[in-house]
Amino acid sequence: MIQVIDLHKSFNGQAVLDGINLEIPTGKITVVIGKSGVGKSVLLKHLIGLLKPDRGQVLVDGLDITKLQGRKLQDLKRRFAVLFQGGALFDSLNVFENIAFPLREKTRLPETEIRRRVHERLEQMNLSLEAGGKFPDELSGGMKKRVALARAMIQEPEIILFDEPVTGLDPPMSNTVFHLIKKTHAVSNYTALVVAHDIPEVFQIADVVAMLHHGRIIACCGPEEIQHHSDPVVQSFIRGEPDFLEA
Amino acid sequence: MVAFIQLLGRGVLNWVRETGRIQLFLLQGLALAFVPPFRPRRVLQEINQIGVKSTLIILLTALFTGMVLGLQGYYTLRKYGSEGALGAAVALSLIREMGPVLTALMVSARAGSAVTAEVGIMRITEQLDALDTMAVNPLQYVVMPKLLAGLIAVPLLTAIFDVVGILGGYLVGVVLLGVSSGSYFSGMVQSVVPLDINGGIVKSLVFGLTIILVASYKGYHTEHGAEGVSRATNQTVVLSAVLVLAWDYLLTSFFM
Repeated sequence: MIQVIDLHKSFNGQAVLDGINLEIPTGKITVVIGKSGVGKSVLLKHLIGLLKPDRGQVLVDGLDITKLQGRKLQDLKRRFAVLFQGGALFDSLNVFENIAFPLREKTRLPETEIRRRVHERLEQMNLSLEAGGKFPDELSGGMKKRVALARAMIQEPEIILFDEPVTGLDPPMSNTVFHLIKKTHAVSNYTALVVAHDIPEVFQIADVVAMLHHGRIIACCGPEEIQHHSDPVVQSFIRGEPDFLEA
Repeated sequence: MVAFIQLLGRGVLNWVRETGRIQLFLLQGLALAFVPPFRPRRVLQEINQIGVKSTLIILLTALFTGMVLGLQGYYTLRKYGSEGALGAAVALSLIREMGPVLTALMVSARAGSAVTAEVGIMRITEQLDALDTMAVNPLQYVVMPKLLAGLIAVPLLTAIFDVVGILGGYLVGVVLLGVSSGSYFSGMVQSVVPLDINGGIVKSLVFGLTIILVASYKGYHTEHGAEGVSRATNQTVVLSAVLVLAWDYLLTSFFM
């Protein structure tokens, strides 16, 4: 389980996270929703140690990632994978090399085994073997996301963080990516945190939905419950009402 | 008056802080060369990017610099009846000063800006973060090979610059203007001492490290999207040119 306890983070004196408390249960998909710019990605980056909080803790099975350094931090990071918003594929490597990268860096598997695993992932993501030879700038947005998902999955991590996995994709491709997340989760049963604002699509995959607003989690419950939540801010966001903050 | 002193103090503090950060960045980057996994292949790739791909521009710059030195040197020395010293004048100018400095400025303009753009784009597209999350140290994977490549490639490019520049001076002085070939080379052999060559090598090592350090640092700390990359690239070229010239003065005064 991942526990976020009283997490605070400010940039240039402006509080972005203002006392976040959240529990991300093991083996479940937790979705964090909220308006753009509210700090969802900032929260996600704290979970993997890319940002250090001003105050608070992020406990991964009891280990505080905000305090870990060196080898212990590296070992903990190996349990994670991240699907970044833009994919974060390495420009200088082709699709095959991108997906194989974590295996080549962190394991001593023979090349034949690496090839087998990469091909398996390409197939799982509905990507052809020929796509393996393409470079990231030759791929569509949807293909980039699927390659990034394949790379995130290749080491079968325990925890995967998804940073707006369908932003910029058309509705059919968004559904495909959500379907792939659901499918891979059913197979691997990893713990997932998905940062998104795609309502109602995210409810298809969520076990738990948390809403971030003004630097705090204002609601955290199942997808059914959140749709009937009593908080007017939650309701306004879910219904997509314009400028609910100012209203 | 108080506001002015506050402004000055803030500026000095920022400068000290930034200088400290750059030094730590350099120490970390170099120290990681001695920590496994060693990355000889990445170093070779960077030598290709920074060194091999700069060869043509170095050849052209060196040839024309040598030719200009030959032309200027010939007409200046002729006033004193010392055309025979042309080889020595060209060689000393190139080995001591112009070779290391012009090579550094050319590498800064071609490869330094490219390094900043590459690392800056990796920063803004979260590729550096992706490395970090895979427990791969971005400094070791991205920056360390570039620093080593700068240390290896720039001295070699400087040596090429010196040789081609001397040939350019020969082309103008001996082939076009009729200075004796024997006096061109013998003057050079008699005048150039090991200290000149060592000084040139030390300068090129320092310049190579400075350029790639500035370029990597600026790229690594890029912010604010494409505009930030553009700004960082610009800063790299300007700052590394100024630092190269400042280092040149310091090292020249040391070797004199």
